[in-house]
Amino acid sequence: MAVVFEKPKSLTDAEFHYCPGCTHGIIHRLVAEAIDTLGIEGRTVGVAPVGCAVMAYNYFACDMVEAAHGRAPAVATGLKRSMPENIIFTYQGDGDLASIGMAETVHAATRNENITIIFVNNAIYGMTGGQMAPTSLPGQVTQTSPYGRDVATAGYPVKVCELLAALDGPTYITRVAVNNVKNVRNAKKAIEKAFRNQVEGKGFSLVEVVSSCPTNWGMTPQKALEWVETNMIPYYPLGVYKDKTAKEEA
Amino acid sequence: MAEKVLMKGNEAIAEAAIRAGCRHYFGYPITPQTEVAAYMAKRMPKIGGVFLQAESEVAAINMVYGVAASGKRVMTSSSSPGVSLKQEGISYIAGSDLPALIVNVQRGGPGLGGIQPSQSDYFQATKGGGHGDYHLIVLTPASVQEMADLTSLAFDLADKYRMPAMLLADGTMGQMMEPVLLPEEQVHTVAKPWAVTGTQNKRPHNIVNSLYLVPEELERTNEERFARYRQVEENEVRYESYCMEDADYCLVAFGIAARVSKNAVDALRRQGIKAGLIRPITVWPFPKAPIARAAEQVKAFISVELSMGQMIEDIRLAENCRKPVVLCSRAGGMIPTPEQIMQTVMEQNGGND
Repeated sequence: MAVVFEKPKSLTDAEFHYCPGCTHGIIHRLVAEAIDTLGIEGRTVGVAPVGCAVMAYNYFACDMVEAAHGRAPAVATGLKRSMPENIIFTYQGDGDLASIGMAETVHAATRNENITIIFVNNAIYGMTGGQMAPTSLPGQVTQTSPYGRDVATAGYPVKVCELLAALDGPTYITRVAVNNVKNVRNAKKAIEKAFRNQVEGKGFSLVEVVSSCPTNWGMTPQKALEWVETNMIPYYPLGVYKDKTAKEEA
Repeated sequence: MAEKVLMKGNEAIAEAAIRAGCRHYFGYPITPQTEVAAYMAKRMPKIGGVFLQAESEVAAINMVYGVAASGKRVMTSSSSPGVSLKQEGISYIAGSDLPALIVNVQRGGPGLGGIQPSQSDYFQATKGGGHGDYHLIVLTPASVQEMADLTSLAFDLADKYRMPAMLLADGTMGQMMEPVLLPEEQVHTVAKPWAVTGTQNKRPHNIVNSLYLVPEELERTNEERFARYRQVEENEVRYESYCMEDADYCLVAFGIAARVSKNAVDALRRQGIKAGLIRPITVWPFPKAPIARAAEQVKAFISVELSMGQMIEDIRLAENCRKPVVLCSRAGGMIPTPEQIMQTVMEQNGGND
């Protein structure tokens, strides 16, 4: 019988702990597919964050390290500098990357560290039960912004791609989403490119994936995907923010 | 090959680390240890090593964590306020059972404190320092020669017991110059089957991690780690005993305080007062047994420290309230004089006679 669909080799058989309707499952699969496609599973080392994806080390079949909250880009820097032939990626959420780990993110980018970062932005702290994230939208109600995010006191959301694209260092900065089939296909291409860049020694690549959190947004999975389209994407426009490789390829 | 050179203590650490096979250094500038970073910045690129000035001490220790996870020898160095920042990473390194070297060339505190020598990070170094149950192997050099020798030893012990080691120096040791016999480059390699070097599609994936959500599992990892710590306590205590054979008064001091104390011992003996010195070289594990033995013999212990009195607590635990333990200390970057130490001993001498 012909096999028409199978689990990527780069995922283990462990059962995901993610909530129903969470898009981490899709993003994990896209990362694993990119690793499979490039044939780099045996020399890839992943760095898991603190946040919902903390147990990603059980799901990816490559060697894995669990980092402290926000420190994944520094840990990845150590791994890459000690093993330049290996492929090193981090998988981080918005609180991890854009709040507590902002310094590590910006400096890994400005050094053009030859690593790949998958940044999952769902505008909320999921694992701790739905607190305001650095990327929570103005007016967004969370456990720690019960009257809606008031920009006068809580400030504005951090637009990571726009911020990093202003640096001279990084190679590839792009924002994708996984709320519909077309966007998932684009996300797959972007993630693969972010890994290929590293294989080819081109430098720092970050893919921001606009994601959803039905549980903590208090929505059905379907409604949450709609909210991504109507609220998240207008604030976080999709597209390539920086691509040093575009010139070479053109 | 081995060679005798005149060097600053901080430079001796750096060169000894290179000769112990360390090719990865991550640091951040802070007085009085910056020469370690400067030396590494100069040497590492010439020998195919990695020097990286991190964006913070927090980032530096996490880069150390990454290299340690890959199984390579790695170090960072800093001074007191910077070492406080590293505590998060040190806890993760200890919790993931990784070997690494952290150097603390101490300065006065708390807070920003000062830049003059101190030993006031003793509690932080010997009792864990960050969150959770853990220890570091803590070595305290008292000469530039020991800055070099204990650096090599720290790498070996860290590898052997899969735990972080700390070289706990002070600003004096970092800044002073002395002749030092540098060893030949010698790397004792240890198999590290746990390292994350890529599976090469030949084995199940390795995971370097300190998260255990099942309490029984977390308890078990803590118990296994402490079984290893007991081995360290049994096998790796190091100290120097000076004029203790017939001593009535036992000075206990490490680092620069031990050097001043030796002068005081000699001067006291010239005056007919039988003083001796126990100099811990490891402060974790602490030399409890020699202190306990001395308690059978001496009239009092004098803890000589560059702090408001920290090691004195470990002396009291070791001698178990059998004899008086008094403090002779200066703090804030000040160093006790031999005369101050002699005065403290003579006060005890008067009190007992």
